[in-house]
Amino acid sequence: MNITLRIWRQHDRDAAGKMVRYSVDGISPDMSFLEMLDVLNEQLTAAGGEPVAFDNDCREGICGMCSLVINGIAHGPEMLTATCQLYMRHFHDGDTIDVEPWRSPAFPILRDLIVDRSAFDRIIQSGGYISAPTGAAPDAAATLVPKEDADKSFDAATCIGCGACVAACPNGSAMLFTGAKAIHLGALPQGQIERNSRALAMVNQHDAEGFGGCTQIGECTAVCPVGIPLDVISRLNGDVLSALRKAKS
Amino acid sequence: MGISDGAGLRSKLRFSVTLHAAMAVSGLIMVLFLLAHMYGNLKIFEGQQAFDGYSAYLREIGEPLLPREGALWIVRVVLLFSVVIHIYAAFTLWLRSRTATAGKGGWRYETRKNRRGVQRSYASFTMRWGGVLIGLFVIYHILNLSADYIAPGGPSPSPYQRMVNDFSIWWVVLSYLIALVALGFHLRHGVWSAFASLGANSSVTRRRVLNQAASLAAVVILVGFLVPPLAIFVGWVR
Ligand code: HEM
Ligand code: SF4
Ligand code: FES
Repeated sequence: MNITLRIWRQHDRDAAGKMVRYSVDGISPDMSFLEMLDVLNEQLTAAGGEPVAFDNDCREGICGMCSLVINGIAHGPEMLTATCQLYMRHFHDGDTIDVEPWRSPAFPILRDLIVDRSAFDRIIQSGGYISAPTGAAPDAAATLVPKEDADKSFDAATCIGCGACVAACPNGSAMLFTGAKAIHLGALPQGQIERNSRALAMVNQHDAEGFGGCTQIGECTAVCPVGIPLDVISRLNGDVLSALRKAKS
Repeated sequence: MGISDGAGLRSKLRFSVTLHAAMAVSGLIMVLFLLAHMYGNLKIFEGQQAFDGYSAYLREIGEPLLPREGALWIVRVVLLFSVVIHIYAAFTLWLRSRTATAGKGGWRYETRKNRRGVQRSYASFTMRWGGVLIGLFVIYHILNLSADYIAPGGPSPSPYQRMVNDFSIWWVVLSYLIALVALGFHLRHGVWSAFASLGANSSVTRRRVLNQAASLAAVVILVGFLVPPLAIFVGWVR
């Protein structure tokens, strides 16, 4: 396959960036999108140019590092697919593909397609933990968890923290991520002690990082590579409101 | 960041989650008002006496315990509060989402492809400008049919007559039609969003049910409000 790419190039955080056109040939439909970029980078390096910087690590859809907006869609056109799991067979020979970084002032661009997502780490630090006694590991069946709660918690816990939800949201909101990270703990008995303070601390940090508010549009769920459902946001809203009621009385 | 909740009451009230809850409650109060208002308007089909009588009755509710128009003013004050809170929260959140997207919203990518997103509805991305349109309409509407200050069809002390006079004019009907369609879209997304903002969207099934309920509410209110002006315009009610 022969592909034309328009890629966002930006030298560092403070530099101005622009879309630059490249063309790559000899792309196999079985290559992943990132392997196609590897081919481009080999060509650029061989020609003495600067390779395109992009984040990636596991290349198997679990680490959440890969983060490209492809033709305007975070993680590209396939549903429930991280960029690293997207294959070139979903494109056509001769296509022009636009590749950009996540765009959010809370995720400053470090170079080309790499953004700084430490705002997410700070949201987790603010409340994404539980209190556990130290000592020997507890008995496996010491705390019984209803199957339904375990499922809800696990569904939310699959979030890989990639940030596609922010990239896609017309409000630049990170509530899908924050909801997933708060709810997967709040749904379990072990997470009850901090349930109220966690909800307040995490939305407080979410706002402090400069993310926008959620207006329930749902673009985030459409691009999320692991299918985090929109209800995590509403359930976090419910926890915040009930924590506020309790804080007042 | 503190380990507990890390925020004083003032900042808690300014959480985007809190502002959305305030929008939801104020919006739903307005929806209840709209249902009552729509019910009143449909009395136009019972004739001039019934309609004007109902209008007079609204001013007498609670008498003699309350002064004349007392109950009406209570409703007006509640509505005014709701409108102010709703608009304050809307603009605060609007500003925040502009800051969070470098002022460009869903159009912050260089590419021109997929600018409308993947799945968002027309109603969901017209909430803000639609809301402004509805707000302007409310001012025009109060000056028109309530205060009788703008009276293109000729003023009258009878609310029934005012409606008949004005809705005989095509552009008055058209202006109401445009505003009501905007209201229908606003409610289609707003009612669903209100429930989700208050924590009611607890599962994938719930998301579907709440969206269906919002569509129903939007259609009922749209049709219920549109019928009287159209009936007058085509001459059923005169
Ligand atoms: C200038 C006037 C108005 C503005 C600027 C405005 C703006 C907005 C905005 C931006 C939302 C966003 C909610 C979202 O997307 O989640 C909203 C929601 C809503 N609006 Fe309005 N609006 C106005 C007037 C009205 C009126 C007149 C009504 C009722 C008749 C109304 C009912 C609602 C409801 C029920 C919601 C859902 C609340 C929520 O988001 O939780 N709005 N409005
Ligand atoms: S909710 Fe989905 S899109 Fe958002 S960070 Fe988690 S995995 Fe990525
Ligand atoms: S590189 Fe790890 S999820 Fe894509």
